[in-house]
Amino acid sequence: MGILTVNNVNKRFGGLKALDDVNLDIHEGTVHAIIGPNGAGKSTLLNCFVGKLEPDTGSVVFDGTSLLGIPPHKINQLGVSRVFQTPEIFGDLTLLENVMIPAFAKRDGSFKVNGWSAVANQSEVRDQAMVMLEDVNLASKSKETAGHLSRGDKRRLELAMCLVQKPKLLLLDEPTAGMARADTNNTIDLMKTIASKGVTMVVIEHDMHVVFSLADRISVLAQGHVIAEDIPDKIKGDPRVQEAYLGGAHL
Amino acid sequence: MNILSLSRSDLITLICFIIAVLSGPVILEPFGAGYPDLLQKFAIFGIFAIGFNILFGLTGYLSFGHAAFLGVGSYTAVWTFKLLSMNPIPAIIFATLVGGAFSVIIGYISLRRSGIYFSILTLAFAQMSYNLAYSVLTPITNGETGLQLAQSDPRALDVAFGRDYGAVLPPSDLFGIEMTGYPGFYFCATLLIICFFISMRIFRSPFGMMLRAVKSNQNRMNYTGLNTRPYALAAFVISGMFAGLAGGLLAVTDPLAGAERMQWTASGEVVLMTILGGSGTLLGPVIGAGAIKYFENIFSAFNETILLNAYSFLPESLQHMMASVSSLFVGEGWHLTLGALFMLIVIFLPGGLMEGFRRIKGMIGRIGGGGDVSSKSETAPAE
Amino acid sequence: MDAILLQILNGLDKGGAYALIALGLTIIFGTLGVVNFAHGALFMLGAFCAVSVKAIFGLNKITLDPTQLTAWGTPLEIRQPYVEIWFGDFGRLMMEYSVPVSILVAIPVMLLVGIIMERGLIRYFYKRPHAEQILVTFGLAIVLQEIVKSIFGANPIPQPAPDTMSGMLDFGAVIGMDAGNVVYPAWRLFYFIFSLSVIGMVFAFLRFTTFGMVVRAGMADRETVGLLGIDIDKKFTIVFGIAAVVAGLAGVMYTPILSPDYHMGMDFLVLSFVVVVVGGMGSLPGAVAAGFLLGILQSFASMNEVKNILPGIDQIIIYLIAVVILLVRPRGLMGRKGVMEN
Repeated sequence: MGILTVNNVNKRFGGLKALDDVNLDIHEGTVHAIIGPNGAGKSTLLNCFVGKLEPDTGSVVFDGTSLLGIPPHKINQLGVSRVFQTPEIFGDLTLLENVMIPAFAKRDGSFKVNGWSAVANQSEVRDQAMVMLEDVNLASKSKETAGHLSRGDKRRLELAMCLVQKPKLLLLDEPTAGMARADTNNTIDLMKTIASKGVTMVVIEHDMHVVFSLADRISVLAQGHVIAEDIPDKIKGDPRVQEAYLGGAHL
Repeated sequence: MNILSLSRSDLITLICFIIAVLSGPVILEPFGAGYPDLLQKFAIFGIFAIGFNILFGLTGYLSFGHAAFLGVGSYTAVWTFKLLSMNPIPAIIFATLVGGAFSVIIGYISLRRSGIYFSILTLAFAQMSYNLAYSVLTPITNGETGLQLAQSDPRALDVAFGRDYGAVLPPSDLFGIEMTGYPGFYFCATLLIICFFISMRIFRSPFGMMLRAVKSNQNRMNYTGLNTRPYALAAFVISGMFAGLAGGLLAVTDPLAGAERMQWTASGEVVLMTILGGSGTLLGPVIGAGAIKYFENIFSAFNETILLNAYSFLPESLQHMMASVSSLFVGEGWHLTLGALFMLIVIFLPGGLMEGFRRIKGMIGRIGGGGDVSSKSETAPAE
Repeated sequence: MDAILLQILNGLDKGGAYALIALGLTIIFGTLGVVNFAHGALFMLGAFCAVSVKAIFGLNKITLDPTQLTAWGTPLEIRQPYVEIWFGDFGRLMMEYSVPVSILVAIPVMLLVGIIMERGLIRYFYKRPHAEQILVTFGLAIVLQEIVKSIFGANPIPQPAPDTMSGMLDFGAVIGMDAGNVVYPAWRLFYFIFSLSVIGMVFAFLRFTTFGMVVRAGMADRETVGLLGIDIDKKFTIVFGIAAVVAGLAGVMYTPILSPDYHMGMDFLVLSFVVVVVGGMGSLPGAVAAGFLLGILQSFASMNEVKNILPGIDQIIIYLIAVVILLVRPRGLMGRKGVMEN
């Protein structure tokens, strides 16, 4: 049994079958990549993990709890953090505040009127957040407003925001989309460091370079269906994958 | 760290604030605003705006119905006077609680939606309360006449403690001190200081940070494990309680309540106070409330004669022309000034007066101190 | 049955006014992305176009007739309107029909007002947050109504409908029911028909002209239309002008039903916004349908039979419906997905 188990998930949008009987098993401590051509259903699948969409049939079980019909904030409280394709951060707040907020969420739960104590006195959370910012090389900018950061910096900030919660499962939706090569490499290095600390990750990506340098296992999605699942080396040689994904081109 | 658990700069701000408020009668004397009636209004609307700012300034939810809570607070206070006691303390406690209770209901429903939908929902509720106060609820609100004290009021607590006001209609009094004139002002001023302190604590707390996060990015909040709606509701209720308290104080200083306090133009006024001063800043709303009430008072008192005197240095024909042009904006025309001010602020200074001060400070700094300003302005927290 | 019919009729004129204002609000919101809190003021300005026209028609030439003396022994003043002197009987006709005639004045005036407003203020707010749009137009609305107040005073100024249309119409008899049961003021019925034709014209304009096509495309997807290289700015100005004219016409013709005063705009604005929300932000048919629906429901709620069961319901029915609709169907009756949801 993996930490995240997806069984026979189907999802239709009108006449379009976005997910067709998807099964996945994601093991603790691994980096699992989901790849596939555009429109294969990758994002739809991810949205089914976080409470944004509910599958028509099937089950999604995380750590013994079904994730169906649970709102996003509760899923996060169970230990699932998510990184978006376009970084979602608190643009009006400072970097430090950006990282402290998830730390408070982890400590205090989804709602607490903590209106009488000063943030300045919360040294424990503050230190946690600073350490996290140092880990992603943003400590020097901790007092800047996050909205002004470059895209690569925003991505690293978002990762820090997720990691400060010590998630059991980290979901990444095309973490290097729209990034320059240098930023992409930095991000890959960062994710490798994260993976080396034993964080379970599910990565959706179509940059092969990213996928093959990170993933322990790869699932290939095409037209809403998982057509192959294996370790990267096997996937590379799988003719079905080349057929579906690359139209036969050589990897 | 100190006993109030405020940072050094906040402590200084608070102390300056307290001194400024308490010495208000002296400081404002030269501006012609040193009399108690006006000072009371400064304090009361300062409280109203501080509360509104906790909702609008921090969470970004623009309520167009907060005057409803002000009105509810006034009605509650007058009823407390009638039924229980002329002592202002039970009156303001009930006013705050009832204001809070109303805001729980209205907030719970309105916060199901956000953005402009939220604004319209709050507006709808406020208009509903206003219309009801004028019609079916007349037994409670006394309709157009407004709710007033009467000699036949039971005043149960006063009777129980053997206080008899005789045949006169008493003003509210705090254990013998009448809540009119300066005592009335100092009563309101004390509450203003308490409210300011509360708001300061909220601004600097993790809760305040969450409220700013609500304004910044609700989607990220949800995926960070935070439930945004209760946060917004909490802010809404706090601001509703502040509004109820302000309404109660209006009744304390003048024991009478009318439905016109709930009209949506009144809701618009508190929005203007907040943005004029600077929404999301600590001091801004108080300054904005003071400025609006000050100008309202000064401007609406102007008349033709005063204007002619003011322009007496001009040649006669010009004097009359200037006087008739200016008279559009003063006296009865005060609302025109208010509307124009509204537009000017939103167009040119959306950050309000506090933003203006900061810019001026920045400019002075640039002239005096050279290059170090940019980093400073960027790290400046919302205050 | 008769009572129901009468209430429906009663709601139609008010519904027509709501629908016309809501239509303009929706067009402006849909194409320009601006929440216009000054739209009620445009309705009010229209109404005061009618007031001005009547005042101008009423200007008298004063001549002294030395042959006739007043009780005080002074020569009798004879007042005769200039229009009557200049145009004779036709002038008298114009005076009687001052309200409909005002339409001819209101169209260019309101178009101009709209264009000035858009060029002078609104266009700077396309990219600003909705809260700031609301606040700046709210300020503008106050300014406009205060200007009107300083010119025309604070009291309502009655505007009579033309004699031929000021009577009652036995509507029941017209549609073959018993005479005398459904009697209805002719002007109000006329207002309903008028509002329908304006609505029809707006829809036809949007449907059958290329300009209208661009506007509709803009409502569906602003960015794409911008990318097509169409000079959308100029179009926006005209769109705003048209919306102003529609609101103004609604105001002109409403004057015989409700004597205009300076704050009538605000009263109608709040209700029209509720109408827009109930109809569905960004949906033109929704705005029209909701306008009439709420007008009719309001008139039902003010029936004594209803008020006896639910006291005060007439005061709050519209708001109550808005609350229920927003909670049950957040997008409104005919709202589109993705409008104003961020």
